[in-house]
Amino acid sequence: MTSAQPAIRVHGVSHQFGQAGEARHVQALLDTSLEVARGELQCLIGPSGCGKSTLLGIMGGLIAPTTGTVTVSGKPVRGPMPRDLAFVFQESALFPWNTVFENIVLGMTFQGVAKAERRDRARRALEAVGLLDFAEHYPGQLSGGMRQRAALARALSLQTDILLMDEPFGALDEQTRMVLGEDLSVLLSRSKKTIVFVTHSLGEAVFLADRVAVFSARPGTVKQIITVDEPHPRKPSFMTAPKFHALRDQLYGLLHDEIRKAISETAQPRRRYDQAGAAEADGDRA
Amino acid sequence: MNPSGRGIATGRIWSRLVQIAFLAAVLVLWSLATTVWGVSRILLPNPVNVWHQLIDVVSSGAFIPDLRVTLGELAAAFAISMSLGVSLGYLISRSRYLIRVFEPLLAAIYSIPIILFLPLYVLLLGLGPDSKIALGATISFFPIVLSTIAGFGYVDRTLVTAARSMGASNLQMFRHVLVPAALPVVLAGLRMGFTVALLSVIASETIASFAGLGHHIVDLAENMDTARMFAYIVFVIAIVAFLNAVVSTLEGRARWR
Repeated sequence: MTSAQPAIRVHGVSHQFGQAGEARHVQALLDTSLEVARGELQCLIGPSGCGKSTLLGIMGGLIAPTTGTVTVSGKPVRGPMPRDLAFVFQESALFPWNTVFENIVLGMTFQGVAKAERRDRARRALEAVGLLDFAEHYPGQLSGGMRQRAALARALSLQTDILLMDEPFGALDEQTRMVLGEDLSVLLSRSKKTIVFVTHSLGEAVFLADRVAVFSARPGTVKQIITVDEPHPRKPSFMTAPKFHALRDQLYGLLHDEIRKAISETAQPRRRYDQAGAAEADGDRA
Repeated sequence: MNPSGRGIATGRIWSRLVQIAFLAAVLVLWSLATTVWGVSRILLPNPVNVWHQLIDVVSSGAFIPDLRVTLGELAAAFAISMSLGVSLGYLISRSRYLIRVFEPLLAAIYSIPIILFLPLYVLLLGLGPDSKIALGATISFFPIVLSTIAGFGYVDRTLVTAARSMGASNLQMFRHVLVPAALPVVLAGLRMGFTVALLSVIASETIASFAGLGHHIVDLAENMDTARMFAYIVFVIAIVAFLNAVVSTLEGRARWR
């Protein structure tokens, strides 16, 4: 409404792993275009291997797309942009040899935050996710849900306008997942951050998102955008509302055929091909 | 006041007692063999004699020249294999292609008995310390280079990606991600390298040499001075146990939990 410029603009992005004709060639994304508005939470949902995680990596400058462009706040993305966006990964990606507190401070060291500010900001970020009492714990001493909170605290401490979250609650049990989802909704209503959130879960997408981008089976592209018109913070009662169910059913209807398509070609040995491929492309660049 | 904790503690004391009893039984059998059963003193000396000889070896300082030679060879061999193994291992670990080529190759060479090269090294470098250093360095190079490749080559990609997304420079990546991730594996390789270097230095001294603890033991055997030879063997075992304990402690200190 206020600023016309979207937080993230993806234009005509295609991405392939390997060269055409090679055995390992995979067309992950095909001519995908997408806009993420400032302050919204947009979920990317689609069948396994549709390239949604790859797209997230491309948005964050971790993967260079084969063709197409991405701009973040109007600036073209050519590599990691630590001042503009922060990641939260499926596995917490906390450094196991550092305490939770050291992990957060180290993230700010990488980003280039002045030394005097780091400890204070780390403490505030831990407070925001309710983990202050566990600052001196090592990641291995925490539960999966707490690790993801700590990873979220690290991302928050970087004070970027944009958060890119790659199935951050994917490895957690249903109940922990719901609680973290509620917390994220509260956080969003307070901080006005822009969040792109990759998920497999229909319920999670409807509960969290302002808009849901539904991806087709590989090669992935945006099939449809669904708007969830419900203010944040969202309450658990939203999950029992008729609107929630209608949207969830609509999403399922859109995804159903795509999931069938994806399953029928599961001759692919690796389940999470998009991530494995992303890691590989990443390694080749390093 | 944890009953199961106490149970474990008593269990530990018991196994210690059994271990001590076992060693005592061996000593008693050894003693009986040399006294009651009349085994030749030349083949098996009396433990009491060995003990006196050991006291003499240690108190007279007769071991010092040989110990100095052996430790000197060990230090040189380990310094060579550590610097070459860690640096080459790190370079190989930087490329998937190099890992694919060299890791199986080095593992294959590691599996052959490298002591076979000792005659060649003696031919090339003579009977002095150089051939022992070369053999010790060759043998210990492999566990060190292989563990360095494993340590640096298989760092969790998620951690590397996360650090990069937060803007880590190459130097920060090395210091805060690669080194701490690789350290436990590299240190285990160094410990193993140290152990095999020590083993091969002493072993090669017993085969062809002028000096060193291994040489001295063979010398005593050839002079049929078995009591003193046993004393030297006990002395070498004590030295080796001490060095391995020092290395293990250093390794344990440097590890993250």
